[in-house]
Amino acid sequence: MNQKNNILRAKVYVAGDNIDTDQIIPAHYLNLVPTIPEEYAKLGSYAMAGLPSTALPFIDETTGRTPYGIMIAGRNFGCGSSREHAPVAIGAAGCKAIVAESYARIFFRNCVATGEAYPYESETLLTSEFKTGDEAEINTEEGTITRVSDGAVFKLKEIGAVGPVIAAGGMFKYAREIGIIKQG
Amino acid sequence: MKMTITEKILARASGSQSVKPGDNVWVDVDILLTHDVCGPGTIGIFQQEFGRNAKVFNREGVVIIPDHYIFTKDEKAHRNVDILREFVKEQDLPYYYDPGTPAYCGVCHLGMPQHGHVRPGEVIVGTDSHTCSHGALGAFATGIGNTDAGFVMGSGKILLKVPETLRFVLNGKKPDFISAKDMILRIIGDIGVDGATYCAMEFVGEAINDLSIDERITICNMAIEAGAKNGIIPPDEKTIEFVKSRTLKPFVPIYGDEDAPVLKTYTYDVSTFVPCVAKPSSPDNYATARDVKDVKLDRSYIGSCTGGKITDFVMAAEILKDRKVTVETCLVPATVEISEQLISTKIDGKSLLEIFVNAGCEPVAPPSCAACLGGPIDTFGRTHSDEVVISTTNRNFIGRMGSKEAQVYLASPLTAAASAVTGHITDPRDL
Ligand code: SF4
Repeated sequence: MNQKNNILRAKVYVAGDNIDTDQIIPAHYLNLVPTIPEEYAKLGSYAMAGLPSTALPFIDETTGRTPYGIMIAGRNFGCGSSREHAPVAIGAAGCKAIVAESYARIFFRNCVATGEAYPYESETLLTSEFKTGDEAEINTEEGTITRVSDGAVFKLKEIGAVGPVIAAGGMFKYAREIGIIKQG
Repeated sequence: MKMTITEKILARASGSQSVKPGDNVWVDVDILLTHDVCGPGTIGIFQQEFGRNAKVFNREGVVIIPDHYIFTKDEKAHRNVDILREFVKEQDLPYYYDPGTPAYCGVCHLGMPQHGHVRPGEVIVGTDSHTCSHGALGAFATGIGNTDAGFVMGSGKILLKVPETLRFVLNGKKPDFISAKDMILRIIGDIGVDGATYCAMEFVGEAINDLSIDERITICNMAIEAGAKNGIIPPDEKTIEFVKSRTLKPFVPIYGDEDAPVLKTYTYDVSTFVPCVAKPSSPDNYATARDVKDVKLDRSYIGSCTGGKITDFVMAAEILKDRKVTVETCLVPATVEISEQLISTKIDGKSLLEIFVNAGCEPVAPPSCAACLGGPIDTFGRTHSDEVVISTTNRNFIGRMGSKEAQVYLASPLTAAASAVTGHITDPRDL
């Protein structure tokens, strides 16, 4: 993966519609606590472990991390539970950005609040434009994702009202900046 | 400006005269709920960000109810409860329901109302997506992640976008053998698992007013299965009476303006509703029970927030009295109070417990979430291979009850009990 300035270049993993939090991180791994560093890494090694057995593996078994720096998905990504273990698992695995057609609300919010994975929305459905293993390049300044093999460019949506929170680097930094909680 | 009940509660809690959908407002939280699965992470964030010696925003405003992984040998699960215990001691928190002691209560979303922590007009946030349950008592209630919860723990505030409201008007009289579960599965089937994303789902109408508090909880609990931010039912006399019987703390109910604009109104006549299921593996995969009557079952599971209340067990017992089950039938009362009611509640002189024993059900499990969310390998009722299960729980995602190969059909307690008798999915009217 290559990340510089406003460019994130990585291999993509393509998932479908309605990928729920039980598929992102199955419930029997919820005994792991994300704020304990070893358990954070462990959560990463189980990212997407709940996908159907027929799905391509997301995690490289030898490293316990993902070779895919970008997740591409359809509608309603992250539906289901409020477990913050879900964006944490994706981020801890080494996946930096998700590009979905739409998100479930709590998952989106947890991405923003934690800064674990950047939740981009695509203007069009991209799951048929990319296949797992393709190289892609996200340009955050231009708001685009490019399929590297042939240079095809797809638009990402504006981030909207949560923009200032993301720009500040998460909920705590934002709240300190605007004086809702004290510096410290 | 006319406002819905959700908008009015958020206006009050943000100290504004009025708010409108799309506004981002800082809201004062009345109650923060957390449990054993997300509590330790929330505490971790709170301590990282506010400091090791920080105090919670309001001792009375933090409610901690361990319920998910309680009756298991899993060491980390026990470690997590120990983290909660230590934090509660350090912070001297009055509302902690400790497993293994008389204070233990069971599933948080039923423990909350039973112990008087849910009051109309208040703002409740919890580290569990089904926190939306508490809208059943006229509160604004929504699920949040650990980071937001750690923030609330220290500051008492949360930044919220005021949701648009979808209003569901349920008219008519509920036919026999129809329960709240059938109503909400029908609605989710119609609008889809993302049909209410970012919105408030407000439930009104004669059929809602007729429902018990327990049944209203089932409806609001599943608002999240349509992606909603919150589910809400305007408080009425039943609500006020229930809340006053559970807490002495004063509260001010909030009511919306009847003519407040909403994004969309859906109108139903519940007299046309029929017993139904959600087929694998999505809560919006609606079918009538008769449509899937050929599905053979390995297990019937009656428990969870939406199926482990006393009213749910009364429904199941009405079906099971003087009958025998033909498949493994697991019963998991949600709370200790409900476990006790299984003994004290009688039908024709027999306790519900006797009825279940006579019908050949498995021994009743101790109260907790159990297999509603799979959990550690030794969890009661968990699936381990390709079992076909009819369940009164609220989610049937792939792997939700444990095994990815299992097939889970969501249904009411009436349909789950009728199906336990025949061994295949059965409309309770056809038994
Ligand atoms: S019973 Fe099920 S839905 Fe309810 S809190 Fe427990 S896991 Fe969640």
